[in-house]
Amino acid sequence: MTSPTSSSSISAADVIKVARLARLDIDDAQVEHFTQQLAKVLEHFTDVDALDLSDVQPMTQAYPLANVLRQDVEQPCLDRDEVLAAAPQAQDGRFRVPTINGEA
Amino acid sequence: MASLPTTAADIAAAVSSGTVTASEVLEQHLAAIAAREPDVHAFNLITTDAARQHAARIDADIADGKPVGALAGVPLALKDNMCTRGIQTTCSSRILEGWKPPYDATVVQRLRDAGAIMVGKTNLDEFAMGSSTENSAFGPTKNPLDLSRVPGGSSGGSAAAVAAGFSAVSLGSDTGGSIRQPAALCGVVGVKPTYGLVSRYGLVAFASSLDQIGPFATTVHDAALVTEVIAGHDPMDSTSIPQPAPKLRSAVGQGVARMRIGRVTDLPGGAEPEVMKRLDAAFEALAAAGAEIVDVTLPSIEYALTAYYLIAPAEASSNLARYDGVRYGLRAPASEVNAMYGATRAAGFGDEVKRRIMLGTYALSAGYFDAYYGKALKVRRLIADDFDRAYTQVDAIITPTSPMVAFAFGDKVEDPMAMYLCDVYTIPSNLAGHPAMSVPFGTGAHKLPVGIQIMAPALGEVPMFRVAGALESAARGLK
Repeated sequence: MTSPTSSSSISAADVIKVARLARLDIDDAQVEHFTQQLAKVLEHFTDVDALDLSDVQPMTQAYPLANVLRQDVEQPCLDRDEVLAAAPQAQDGRFRVPTINGEA
Repeated sequence: MASLPTTAADIAAAVSSGTVTASEVLEQHLAAIAAREPDVHAFNLITTDAARQHAARIDADIADGKPVGALAGVPLALKDNMCTRGIQTTCSSRILEGWKPPYDATVVQRLRDAGAIMVGKTNLDEFAMGSSTENSAFGPTKNPLDLSRVPGGSSGGSAAAVAAGFSAVSLGSDTGGSIRQPAALCGVVGVKPTYGLVSRYGLVAFASSLDQIGPFATTVHDAALVTEVIAGHDPMDSTSIPQPAPKLRSAVGQGVARMRIGRVTDLPGGAEPEVMKRLDAAFEALAAAGAEIVDVTLPSIEYALTAYYLIAPAEASSNLARYDGVRYGLRAPASEVNAMYGATRAAGFGDEVKRRIMLGTYALSAGYFDAYYGKALKVRRLIADDFDRAYTQVDAIITPTSPMVAFAFGDKVEDPMAMYLCDVYTIPSNLAGHPAMSVPFGTGAHKLPVGIQIMAPALGEVPMFRVAGALESAARGLK
């Protein structure tokens, strides 16, 4: 495995692993294509190594808001039939999916 | 037919007072669509029948003496990443083709309540990822000012719709410049409000900490009017700022006397010389109008693009995990669920979306998180700190919106970094969460429009619109 610095470049093996994590089927030609293009984008990230970030707090949100709470009272929700009508497959008021873990 | 009003403010005033009908105004816009939409391709869907019914209802209300809203009879186009109940919402992606949302976005509800009439859903780069609309699964939108050139992106369809007169105003979304850059390239006004000012409920998420909805319009006043209608707290969006919409229309004509306007001395280079000439002219115009021009530095913004292209894909990779073929959209046939996920996403997403999902997944994966995503968030902080320092000295900052005027199709498709550079001046405001807008200010190369960007601190919409109004006035005197 490559070391975790931003100057390390991405390998074809990394791309295959990432595609699997992202649940994205890719073929051999795409592995090559994405390896080259991602390497190019990541290469720019090495610029950041010029900055001293040791005392900098990461910024995760643009506008500081604390937890947002509301009264726990009943409110209208989405219509079940309307939601299920948009699903690729539905059955008995539920989403239907193909076999999971080989179970029929 | 007598000439009808064209701005949203004039249309709403005339329709409300009964001097013209909403139906007459709508038909004029539908005629413009019929004439030029086949060439421009601003829309994914044109909702002619629903629009005619809505206009007739508004006319009936006015005839009955019922009160109507601030946008009564104003034709509106919506970027096709905002949910419209029962009306196809695709994000210009195969994976959502044909999807009919079971609810309306908050902005859709507010605009309808104000009397605006939706004429259609506009084209975009797939999931708002791009700067030219060339990443749309349904073909690109063309710039109405020159059909051989891009309209910008990702909200290219919304910018083109307003520039071509298909609608008086439109809405876009802006994650790294996706309202401002197409506004600049199409010669219209485009606004990205402060993060949290406009509800994101019902906006299909791309990068949730950066996304913000805003208007396109032909005048600064119209942009202020639409922003007033859509802004204000919404309990359905937990990042919505808990305060009412600001009053912006009154700011537009206030002038800039004694305002302090920042000139960024360390602005990243690379803009076309004609664009920089217009920026100089904008400073001259503001100084002539009584503003004080103050030099400021933003040393970290040269890293903004780099940070953005880690943060936005990281958030996107997480947000787009929901397209799994289970609850909505496309499902590829497969006998087992994991195979179905992989095949559905491979078939449904385009190249740029896949590239960003891969990049984001990589940046968030074990062993790389600290090296990429963690560092990018620290750079984001440095940029916000730079702005905070600058805004102790100035009320607003102006820069070019886009380094270049509208470019030709295919120019930047092969090199993702070249396309990403389109957003070099717009991205910093998204990272900081600040408002920014683009106002047309003369032309550059090939006589194509140049946009000047006005940036202001969080909730600084009032000073931003003051500067915008002054630049709009000054632009009338430009050759």
